[in-house]
Amino acid sequence: MNPPQLRVTALSKAFGGVLAVDQVSFDLEAGKVNSIIGPNGAGKTTLLNLLTGVYAPSAGTVALDGADVTGLAPHRLAAQGMARTFQNLQLFFNMSAIENVMVGRHLRERAGWFAALVRSPRLTAGERESREEAARLMQFVGLGEYLDAQADAMPYGALKRLEIARALGGKPKLLLLDEPAAGLNQTETQAINALIMNLAKSGVTVVLVEHNMRLVMGVSDHIVVLDYGRKLCEGSAERVRNDPRVIEAYLGSAEPG
Amino acid sequence: MGEPGFHRTEHVDWRTPRTGGMALLAAVVLVLPLALINNYWYEVAILVGINAIVCVGLNLLIGYAGQISLGHAGFFGLGAYGSAILTARYGWPPLAALAATTAGVALLALLVGRPILKLKGHYLAMATLGMGIIISIVVVTEDRLTGGPDGMSVPAFTLFGLGLAGERVWYWIVGAALLAAVWLALNLIESPAGRALRALHGSEVGAQVSGIDATRAKVAVFVISAVFASFAGSLSAHYSGFITPGKVGFFHSIELVTMVVFGGMASTFGAVIGAAALTLLPQLLTVLKEYEMVVFGAVMIATMVFLPRGFLPSLLIEIKKKGK
Amino acid sequence: MSAQLAQYLLSGLTVGAIYALVALGFAIIYNASHVINFAQGEFVMIGGMVSVSLANAGLPLPLAIPVAVLAAAAVGLALEKFAVEPARGASVVTLIIITIGASILLRGLATLVWDKNLHPLRPFSGDRPIELAGATILPQSLWVLGVTFAIVLLLGWFFGRTLTGKAMLATSYNPLAARLCGVNVRFVLLLSFGLSAALGAVAGILIAPITLTSWDVGVMLGLKGFAAAILGGLGSGAGAVAGGLLLGIAESLGAGYVSSAYKDAIAFVIILAVLFFMPSGLFGKKSAERV
Repeated sequence: MNPPQLRVTALSKAFGGVLAVDQVSFDLEAGKVNSIIGPNGAGKTTLLNLLTGVYAPSAGTVALDGADVTGLAPHRLAAQGMARTFQNLQLFFNMSAIENVMVGRHLRERAGWFAALVRSPRLTAGERESREEAARLMQFVGLGEYLDAQADAMPYGALKRLEIARALGGKPKLLLLDEPAAGLNQTETQAINALIMNLAKSGVTVVLVEHNMRLVMGVSDHIVVLDYGRKLCEGSAERVRNDPRVIEAYLGSAEPG
Repeated sequence: MGEPGFHRTEHVDWRTPRTGGMALLAAVVLVLPLALINNYWYEVAILVGINAIVCVGLNLLIGYAGQISLGHAGFFGLGAYGSAILTARYGWPPLAALAATTAGVALLALLVGRPILKLKGHYLAMATLGMGIIISIVVVTEDRLTGGPDGMSVPAFTLFGLGLAGERVWYWIVGAALLAAVWLALNLIESPAGRALRALHGSEVGAQVSGIDATRAKVAVFVISAVFASFAGSLSAHYSGFITPGKVGFFHSIELVTMVVFGGMASTFGAVIGAAALTLLPQLLTVLKEYEMVVFGAVMIATMVFLPRGFLPSLLIEIKKKGK
Repeated sequence: MSAQLAQYLLSGLTVGAIYALVALGFAIIYNASHVINFAQGEFVMIGGMVSVSLANAGLPLPLAIPVAVLAAAAVGLALEKFAVEPARGASVVTLIIITIGASILLRGLATLVWDKNLHPLRPFSGDRPIELAGATILPQSLWVLGVTFAIVLLLGWFFGRTLTGKAMLATSYNPLAARLCGVNVRFVLLLSFGLSAALGAVAGILIAPITLTSWDVGVMLGLKGFAAAILGGLGSGAGAVAGGLLLGIAESLGAGYVSSAYKDAIAFVIILAVLFFMPSGLFGKKSAERV
């Protein structure tokens, strides 16, 4: 078995007296689609924020490809190959759609300040390349018709995909999606489903925090279940679906299936 | 079409801000002297130009990066007094003094910028306010060096032995400096670094997960805006031949912010227009001598209440509406 | 305790009490509306100048003072109604400019109504210095400390025990929830401005006999009161008082032992230090952003 790409060990986060994430440990393999699920308030988004540096952990470690990335700031994690989207869209509504995606390429652009001020020819060429690459990414996520659009003029479903396009800009090895299907209808969710499969096929490890069980069960290779901040169980979709503890956590009774 | 910054090809589009707007500004600078009938109006134009340089830099910080500074008159004052002291008290050649002062202010902005720009909102406003006021208090108190509240005289700017003085000469110097400042600012905005700044304004956490070091970017634009202010201050000192602490204080910092906001944040040309409008306003108000403060204050309130997006953007929106 | 130290502490407490009142004004308005009212210092000026005018016109102090306070409160209400309310929901920068514009406007009006000179107010109970712990203190200083103490107690009772006060607190925690519970949020906003203006005016009246009053006395006092509010923790009443007193003492000790030329800078150096190392101040709440 390959060494895990992401190793989380006893990760915890306390807010005052509340332990939002409590000693959570799991390993994730590269190139697979992983999901983190659990009832409301289970600590999924907090865990995601811990993994992506938005919160600093109270205890525990996170290792990416063997390197300790615990407590690193989000921009440093991005440099390590981690990218994410947000439950409540953190897009740049003051910019156009394609510029949003170009920002995702920030680490791969030569963004020097002096060159920027004097507009060197190398910068101009780099800008053209950046724009072309961003257009390609937008096509990949299915936003071809929005190449000339302003971000604040796009429908919600498109915006969710725009954020994914931005996240892909840095050619991440690990992509964390926070409720990518929230607020989407059936058709849009199926499109997200297909997109996630494509991503995994292209070698990106995907981590999904989701409520939509159909999406989760249909797309995941590996599932981690949280409840009250603790890991309840993990395993394949089949295993998790039939685990009595998981059923009880969601439905509150011991009845199977 | 003509969407700002959207270059489909390398073909020069005259409608984008960088080329079209610059051409217009250059035309205005070239043609304006025909309307300046005496020295007083030249002086006003130079004052507008100097304020505009500061505002273009400040607009990068406030309008594009979404930060705030209530202390930028401090940097202006440091530029003015730096050039003044080095030339008047230590006999430095003005060009060297200008270079050293600008570098010094850049270094100071770099040092204080880091801790200050970790703050946000009201706390950031207060920190920049505090910084500006401390600078102005130091300037007033160290009177042996600065001449204190009475100010000090500044030698004329000499370039290779040639003295540069007089309204007409300085009009062209300030005009050229303004065009250069606008050019630099526009370049920055349409670059990856500029995009990173605008991203910060759009969503700081969104920018951070895209790999942007928020604090570093904010400090960089803070330093750039400080350099613009300092440079303008040095020019102002040599032009006037005399400087007083008045231009270093809280009120001038507020004037500058108001100019930027009035002109329309996230608009470089708006910053120029804002500087022009709010430099001209007090000149026009000298007619109403005692009512000057009342009217200025009322204008500030009215502008923010009725034109919160600033004068230029609101005007453009109206024009677009009429065009439909 | 050396007599000199006692002197510094007493004068520091006196001016600190004034800062505390101004800071309380900031805190009340900030809590109700998240606006930093840069015109707060002008209420101090109005209180002092109006009472001087009325006293000079022959009105006895016990009458002049309440009228001056009411006048300032009226200006506060007008500020909220005509400058702040029309800009509901505007950005931080916009609101800052609005209140600074109001400050300039009020100062301009002051030069028109009065003049640019300094004016004294008659001390409330004479000006023969009293001996205390080896230091001398003016009777007016005792008035300052006493009235401030009484006001702090009164405000504590108001916010803790009265329905209106509790409604104001509720609004500061969550305006929408307060509105849903039947709190008239518009009234709370008006009241907060009026109350803050009154506090500022009282400060101005108390200090006028000692430091004289003039058209621009509010600028520095406002800024330092704001500094005190940040030191104590923006939005915290106890913090405002603590911050004000601490700032006053720090200024006094700094001017006495370090450098009197840089006295005014002390407040702002303290502010930078607080903002760098302890941004939520002494009593402020720390907050985490939800993403």
